[in-house]
This record gives sequence, structure tokens and C-alpha cells, in this order.
Amino acid sequence: MNPPQDFSRFIADHVSAIPKSGIRDFFEVVQSMTDVISLGIGEPDYVTPWRIREAAIFAMEKGKTGYTSNLGLPRLRESIASYLSRRYNVDYDPKREVLVTVGVSEALDLALRAIVNPGDEIIYHEPSYVSYSPSIVLAGGKPVSVSTRAENGFSLLATDLESKITPRTKALLLSFPTNPTGGVLSFEELRSIAAVCRQHDILVLADEIYSELTYDGVQHVSLASLPGMRERTILLNGCSKSFAMTGFRVGYACAPAPIIEAMMKVHQYAIMCASIMSQEAAIEALDHCAREVEEMRNDYQRRRNFVVSRLNEIGLPCHSPKGAFYVFPDIRPTKRTSLEFCLGLLKEMKVAVVPGSAFGESGEGFARCCFATSLVKLQEAMNRIETYVQKLGAE
Amino acid sequence: MDALLELLQQDCTLHRADLARLLNLTEPEVDRRIAEFEKAGIILGYQAIVDPGRTDEDLVSAFIEVKITPERDGGFDRLAERIARFDEVKSCWLMSGGYDLAVIVEGGNLRQIAHFVSEKLSTVEGVIATATRFRLKTYKQNGVLLSEPPPVERLPVTP
Repeated sequence: MNPPQDFSRFIADHVSAIPKSGIRDFFEVVQSMTDVISLGIGEPDYVTPWRIREAAIFAMEKGKTGYTSNLGLPRLRESIASYLSRRYNVDYDPKREVLVTVGVSEALDLALRAIVNPGDEIIYHEPSYVSYSPSIVLAGGKPVSVSTRAENGFSLLATDLESKITPRTKALLLSFPTNPTGGVLSFEELRSIAAVCRQHDILVLADEIYSELTYDGVQHVSLASLPGMRERTILLNGCSKSFAMTGFRVGYACAPAPIIEAMMKVHQYAIMCASIMSQEAAIEALDHCAREVEEMRNDYQRRRNFVVSRLNEIGLPCHSPKGAFYVFPDIRPTKRTSLEFCLGLLKEMKVAVVPGSAFGESGEGFARCCFATSLVKLQEAMNRIETYVQKLGAE
Repeated sequence: MDALLELLQQDCTLHRADLARLLNLTEPEVDRRIAEFEKAGIILGYQAIVDPGRTDEDLVSAFIEVKITPERDGGFDRLAERIARFDEVKSCWLMSGGYDLAVIVEGGNLRQIAHFVSEKLSTVEGVIATATRFRLKTYKQNGVLLSEPPPVERLPVTP
């Protein structure tokens, strides 16, 4: 047998330096077990509405299987522009200001690579989606986190944001409604943040992927719709969460033409274009699926009510999130760390929830539970969590 | 539609406590509202959705188009209600278009249904013509797909 080889000499230093995602560690433990009820998913449990799937099938039947324009199908860009105008009152020119990407993940990566000079500081709020900080690092930037807190419903306070701004601050990565906390910004809070960004001449990457999933009558306000913000915002959105289309991988970026042009350079050399059948499906979704979205939203809201109510009964304090499909209960009453709590729950009760610490230091003491799963599973999962918490309390 | 009604239509076996949690109501509120729906005749009953193809029982079901003569006072109602009273009739609707009533009839075999149509339905005074079509296979019933593939496995933990 050959001696074990050391491949590290082939791996770039700045990639080696990025820690492995906390979610991936946890995922590997879950993968090794059977019969787990998972509240660890980050996608809708709905299958994509049939009319959207049917549109993709139809596109393939018609032989639409080639590349598209680098910017994306013109017809899709028109649908995106018209959807954003109708829903969020922001207007973009589909010919020059809209870029179709492979999910928001790619759009975010493009945006960062297009704007970051080495050492530029990018502020993002924590607890946050796991890829923000590494994506900033990979683009050569310096991630600067600002904490959000349970007592504020995990919304970002303008004063906290301002305290992190330095002369090197290039951009703010703003993501509301937020994964993993379900936090949203009120209109007033959003206005204050916009004011800070204007005052310090900061660009904003607004990841609004959960914009359709807001509850209790809260209507999402796009940052770009605020006065003086369109010209300093890269709006990122996509079809994954609102239309249950995660596997289609369709996202988009909207921004002033010179910024889109810069992002396009990176996109055309790295990716070429998003898949054409997915783009065809996205047209159907954006043009015709408002009713389906409404039904899913109503259903998510009820499941959220159920989970929030149960977790509070169980003794894990949990604010009722106004957006996304996650609840972020406080597990500190169990006197365990997030990881201890979640590993114990997984091993003893076979319920997977994600340790809050996977989403940054300020997520410690919390756990992310996704309620985009069937009520039957949620009921069983909550019963098991109750048993587990009672057991921990008795120890 | 009312959220409580929608939930009950999806699954009427949900417990009161869970209905209350889902809707942010108290249990007595849920009880009171259900009682109101029942009293107002909005909720007519609670039934299981059965796939007849999987039961041991032989069941033949027919969709019958019926032409009837409307009456001076009451139009189609008296005749329609008279037809709907037969136990064999599971559903009965007044329709627009080429015929008047659509009647869904169930029986143990073809003969029973033929008997019902010729002896009962056609002989009702005011019935002008019937056209009987037998069900061959059910693909969707009460919003439930009978050949729904099992849910696709998703990754148990994703960002």
C-alpha cells in the first residue's frame, strides 16, 4: 500500500484557512443515522407547483436545451422586472439592469467578486446564513459581523450597524427576512439603516430571497424602493424559497447597469448562464403563481404558530418570527451549549435541529428549527423535544 | 376561505389543541367556532376519503346526465331534491349546458345501477332523458391524488 499522501500542498492557503461549515459537521452525523425527523432543512417541503414543473417539461419537449444569453432569457428578465415592480415597487430595466444567476448563492458571489478590493470590509449581520462570511473571504474582503439579538426580534439596529463602520467599509450585506432567525426589519428600522448607508456612502447587497415569506400581514419592503437607495443597492432574489424551486437554481441580481455589467463579466467566464429549462420554469412561476405562493405562505404561518406555541410550552423561549420558515428558540434554560443540546437531541430522540452556533457566535444559545415540514412530523418532533427537555431538567 | 374551515377540510381529525395552536386561538374559541359552523350548516359532516380501488368491496359508480322539465313554481328544485333523496345518489348538481342535473350514483354492480336508472330515475315524472356513464378509474378524489408518488427524499440538513 502506498504511504498516505499529503495533499495540503496542493490546496490554496486562503481556502485551507476557511473553517468547514458547522452545518456540514452536523449533516454528517445526521446522515449516519436512520429514522431521524429533520427540522434541519433549509428549503420548502413542498414539491414545486405542478404548473412550474410542467413548464420545464414543456421547454424540454420543445427542444429548449441550449445556452441562453449571458444575462438570462430576455423574456425571463422582463418577468423579473415586472414582478419586482408589481410586488415591491422597484423598477429595473430588463435589458441592462437584471442578471439571471444560478441561485442567489451565485448572485451573491458575483456581487462580492465584482465590488471587493483586497481588504475591503463587508459588514454582515449575525446570526447569519452560513455562506456570507466565507464568500466575503473568498472574494478577498474582510467580513465584519454585527450581532442581532433575540430581545429585538433579531432585527438589525442602525446604531449597531454604525458602530462597525470604518473608512474601509465598502458594503453591507443585508438579509431580511433572515435565515436562521426569521427576523424582519420594520419599515422604520429599514429607513434608519438606509440613512446610515447613504450617510457613509456604503453599498448594500440586499439578499431578499425570503421576501415572499412574511407573516401576520407584514409586507416585505425592498431596500431598493427607499429614496436614494436604488443607486447603492444590489438587489438579490430568486425563485427557490417563494416558489419551492430550490433544485431549479434560479436567482437574479438587479442593480444599476454598470454594476450588473461588472457582475456579468465574472458570470460569463465562470458560469455562462443558468440552465434554460429552469429559466423557462421561472417565467411561469413569476408570471402565474401568486396564488400558489399565497397558499404556501398561509400554511407556513399556521405551522409557525404551532411550533412557536409548542416550544414556549416546552420551556424553550421562542419569539414568533415574522418571516422565512425558521424559528430560533433559546435553549439556554437547558444549561447546554447549542451543540450539546442538538447532538443530544439527535442521539437520544432522533430529532435534527441545527445548533445556532453554526450561524455565527451570536447564534450560541439557540437552535434553528425549520417549520417547512408536515404538521404530523412537527407534532412528533415537538413531543420528542418536550421529552428531551424534561429529561435534561430532571438531571 | 376561513382558516379553520380550510384546516378541517384538509384534515378533520386534528385535535382541538393543535387547531388552537395553528391558528393562535384558545381551545374554547375553536370549539365555539366549530359549533357555529355546524349550527349554520356550513360544516355538514366529517368523512374519510376512501380509495374504492383498494377496498375489498365491489363498487360501481356512474355519472348520469339527466334532463328534466322545470316547473312553474320552483324551477328544478322539487324534482332535483326528489332525485337526490335516493340512497343510491351520492351527489346531485344542477348544471348549465346541454342537460340539467348531474347525478353521481353508486351501486354494488352494473345491474343495480341499470335497475336504478330504468326503474327509479327514468320513471320520475318530469324526467325527460338520461345518459349514464360508468367510472372506469379514479385518479384524484376530493383533491387527493391516488397515485401520488412517495415524497422525494431531501437532504436532512441544509444551510
